Amino acid sequence: MLSAILLFPLLGFLINGLVGRRLPKVAVSIIGCTSVFISFAIAFYLFMDFLQSPEGWREITVTLFQWIPLLGVDASLKLDSLSLLLVLVVTGVGFLIHLYSAHYMEEDPSIARYFSYLNLFTFAMLLLVLANNLLLLFIGWEGVGLCSYLLIGFWFEDLEKAQAGKKAFLVNRIGDFSFLIALFLIFTTFGTFNISSLKIFEVSPDQLHTLTVITLLLFIGACGKSAQIPLYVWLPDAMAGPTPVSALIHAATMVTAGVYMVARLHFWYLLTPFSMTVIATVGIITALFSASMAFFQNDIKKVLAYSTISQLGYMFLAVGIGAFSAGVFHLITHAFFKALLFLAAGSVIHALHGEQDIQKMGNLKSKLPLTHIVFLFGVLAIIGCPPFSGFFSKDEILWFAFNKNTLFWILGLLGALMTTFYMVRLFTLVFYGISRKEIKEHLHEAPPLMALSLILLAFLSLGGGLIGVPHSLYGFFKMDNFLEHFLNPVFIGQLEITHEGLSEYTLMMITLVLTLATAIWTFLTFHKHQEWAEHLRIKCSKIHAVLANKYYVDEFYTWAFVVPVKKSSELLLKFLDKGAIDGALGGLGKVTILSGTGLKLLQNGNIQTYALGFVIGTLGILLYIWSMWT
Amino acid sequence: MSFENSLLTLLIFFPIIGTFLLWILPKSLESKIQSLALIFSLIEFVLSLFLLRTFDSSSHLLQLVQKVSWIPSLGISYFVGIDGISLWLILLTTFLTPIVIFSSTIQQHIKGYMSCFLILETAMIGTFVSLDLFLFYIFWELMLVPMYFMIGIWGGQNRIYATLKFFIYTLAGGVCMLLAILFLVYLHYDQFGTFSTSLLDMYSLSIPFDSLKILNPQSLLFLAFALAFLIKIPSVPFHTWLPDAHVEAPTGGSVILAGVLLKMGAYGFLRFAIPLFPKALHFFMPTLITLALAGVIYGAFLALAQKDLKKLVAYSSISHMGLILLGLLVLNSHGLSGSIFQMLSHGLSTGALFLMVGMIYDRRHTKEIALLGGLTKVMPVFSSFFLIITLASIALPTTNGFVGEFLILIGAFEKNPLYAVLGGTTVVLGAYYMLWMIQRVLFGPIQHEENKTLSDLSWKEIGALLPIVVFIFWMGLYPKPFFQKMEKSIDHLAANYEHYDLGIYERKP
Repeated sequence: MLSAILLFPLLGFLINGLVGRRLPKVAVSIIGCTSVFISFAIAFYLFMDFLQSPEGWREITVTLFQWIPLLGVDASLKLDSLSLLLVLVVTGVGFLIHLYSAHYMEEDPSIARYFSYLNLFTFAMLLLVLANNLLLLFIGWEGVGLCSYLLIGFWFEDLEKAQAGKKAFLVNRIGDFSFLIALFLIFTTFGTFNISSLKIFEVSPDQLHTLTVITLLLFIGACGKSAQIPLYVWLPDAMAGPTPVSALIHAATMVTAGVYMVARLHFWYLLTPFSMTVIATVGIITALFSASMAFFQNDIKKVLAYSTISQLGYMFLAVGIGAFSAGVFHLITHAFFKALLFLAAGSVIHALHGEQDIQKMGNLKSKLPLTHIVFLFGVLAIIGCPPFSGFFSKDEILWFAFNKNTLFWILGLLGALMTTFYMVRLFTLVFYGISRKEIKEHLHEAPPLMALSLILLAFLSLGGGLIGVPHSLYGFFKMDNFLEHFLNPVFIGQLEITHEGLSEYTLMMITLVLTLATAIWTFLTFHKHQEWAEHLRIKCSKIHAVLANKYYVDEFYTWAFVVPVKKSSELLLKFLDKGAIDGALGGLGKVTILSGTGLKLLQNGNIQTYALGFVIGTLGILLYIWSMWT
Repeated sequence: MSFENSLLTLLIFFPIIGTFLLWILPKSLESKIQSLALIFSLIEFVLSLFLLRTFDSSSHLLQLVQKVSWIPSLGISYFVGIDGISLWLILLTTFLTPIVIFSSTIQQHIKGYMSCFLILETAMIGTFVSLDLFLFYIFWELMLVPMYFMIGIWGGQNRIYATLKFFIYTLAGGVCMLLAILFLVYLHYDQFGTFSTSLLDMYSLSIPFDSLKILNPQSLLFLAFALAFLIKIPSVPFHTWLPDAHVEAPTGGSVILAGVLLKMGAYGFLRFAIPLFPKALHFFMPTLITLALAGVIYGAFLALAQKDLKKLVAYSSISHMGLILLGLLVLNSHGLSGSIFQMLSHGLSTGALFLMVGMIYDRRHTKEIALLGGLTKVMPVFSSFFLIITLASIALPTTNGFVGEFLILIGAFEKNPLYAVLGGTTVVLGAYYMLWMIQRVLFGPIQHEENKTLSDLSWKEIGALLPIVVFIFWMGLYPKPFFQKMEKSIDHLAANYEHYDLGIYERKP
């Protein structure tokens, strides 16, 4: 049953990949979508099954075959509460995005290639989530990276897009390099890659240092995949891919793999407080840093990309302070609202025939009413307005942060306000104000399939938070924190804080009031009082330039890493390979030729000379033998 | 004499017999030469499959041994046999040969060209199965001859320079090895009073070693053998013959050169240099490891700077072979099995890359990367194959490259974490030059008019590539059978290389 979840997307990939070009487009879309839906249905069935079985029984492991017997590595899968939730998100949200794609990519001649990659991605992501073995997880890890590469560069004729794909792959490979070293260290320390075995392994105190190194190396890997400082630079460029791809891979699923990995290995992270501090710190810094970069981006997708990096930072903050359930909670709600935002943005772009610059949009509210409403849902969810899903998950993270370290809470709150600013700015510039582009023809609203996915995701963004209603609001919602209870058997030993009513209410109110104030101020600034915005821009023109240019980090990386590597490779070729080594060989050759010329003089055809040589030679040999003899 | 006992002999000499048949062929059948050569090589492949059937993977001993006295006065005998180390390399040889014959597009002097492949096959198999030093040397040098002609006659514009460089380099190594073999024979006479060139007898020699003096017998012998093998691999700084040879060689020659010939160097270490001279090996280990790691990084850097597609692949070979050398030098079972496995993987994926470069060349008559670009648009099938094989080459999981590379690196890590960190840079650097190549060849807009009309792969070309792709995934997803056959021999080598011995297997009745 478990392997069937994996099987169907793989089948979809094979069918569309091998014969898709000969099939009608409708068939291609149906195969692509159905395969993921079947996986979702199976996962949902298993979910219902889990709910009815007692806590201790909520785990299924399957061993498919021996993969590398030398390392004792089996292809084995494990389904527990954590992986099941992720499977539901990957297949559920994934299915909606597939559905959306069926319309979005309708006109593209390479739709078969598109759906085969998308199915392959789903397969790899599910493998990553379900793997009960770190090496198998690594297959999924690299597999999703490959699909990301292929899909970013999907329109390969545009060199810039192909380049963005390559950049994503390479930056990820840097993280993977660290992941690999961690795997070697794990194998030499524990002798196995099996997650279940590693979990029950008694780590001795003198192994803790090694474990800290392992967990940090793994986290660097996570920084690559989940776009954290310093390896985040590939994600904004990844927006070159088709928009549904950005929604699926670069917002809802793949980029959360790092968070998932840390949550999966929480038993190690709980033992290594230093690594946890590093994760939380990197997480919150990334959250603020990339939120600031989103301030003045004018590409609708880039704003969302920076926002994704920032939200991932929140998730790392959560797992870094030991609130694993909260991190997973935010992962899930983020998958809902960020997928929604991307798809809604896609709908805008689709309507405007590929326009992505928000400076050229404006006043689309009445022209794209459905998109406007669902986008609004997404914005309210991400800024954490109750009762939208983001409110619950973000609030939970902030509450844990407050109890762990007040500084984390302050920074987290600041990040929330920054999020509010750039999201409301984006929303206002796109849907309100004056139309800044001549729109001649009638704009078409999202067609039925796209609309359906948007509406379903909008509902999830609205109601998705109900799976994790905090205990303090029990009286209001008459629901208990389902998610925490569901995940409890997995995250034994995570940070637990009693939910005391009053201070939690107070914090909640502070966040809420400040957020709403920021939202209203931003809305007015960009809607009614354009001159404020202009004034603001001129006043902070220096900061504006730095932010709009993303702190010049890309330029720095190019200068510090890319150029030196290329230059040194050229210099090595010129001076060492062709110069020194071949030069030396050429020198040897010259010596040979010269000595040949010299020896040629001896070969003069004169019998007497030869005889002389013969005599001298024989005498020499005799002399040598005689000397050895004595 | 049973079939099993003479199976190896049959494998060695069958291609040569095929060559004779090609030469005495009546004129009327001249047009069928390529098909005939293909049939011979396919029969050879089927014959080699019997090796798998008869090979007992529960033993590390030499199997299918045949020993016939040849020049008794000098102790030289025709002595052949295989173990888990050589088994798969023979199969790699018999697998790749029909593919290159099948895919060859060369028309002029086709009889000679086909004969070259068949003679080469004899020499390669002979090298892998020889257990007599003299016999080994003969086959080793015999490999040079068809390769020399292949580059010299069917090569590119600068072929004379390339053949000469190739020939001198490898011959220099070979001559050193011959001197070392003579010295070993002398030592054997000195210690046992009889002449012998049998490798098994040499294992029991005690070769004087003195760690304080550089010029001691064991070190000198080791250096002589190692030089021959390092040139063949090729290891930095003895590598510059390879890019030139590859660029000038015809496609088939390149495939065999990269696919099998380079592996001879690594095989030589496993069979000769390591078990014969363990003390000298330890003495020179730091140098050798440095060379291996330098090869990994240097090859990758130089691959980045290449403007010629074939040269790029050639330099990537140098990088990969550096990793293979690293894997066998760490001398633990992970490193060794990874190394042998990677020899097979590299043989397949780099062989396929050269085939595909040839396919571009057949259409476009250039190998210059700058003149290509955007090929996916006109050659989608080609692009899919090219991408898959490149990904295998950069060791993406589920391909064979990952299994080999991972094992080598984990073996290196067990020896010294620093080796794995430095060797592991291939993960990033390899992806860099390979994906950059992919981008420049396959992606982007088509900028050259000539590229707009290129035709996609023919069924024949797909037929040549498909078997390789099947193995790329088979070995990546289910490598167990491959390891099973080599396991015992590797464990034996890893545990006993300091006092190595190899007995002869006797089948239980």
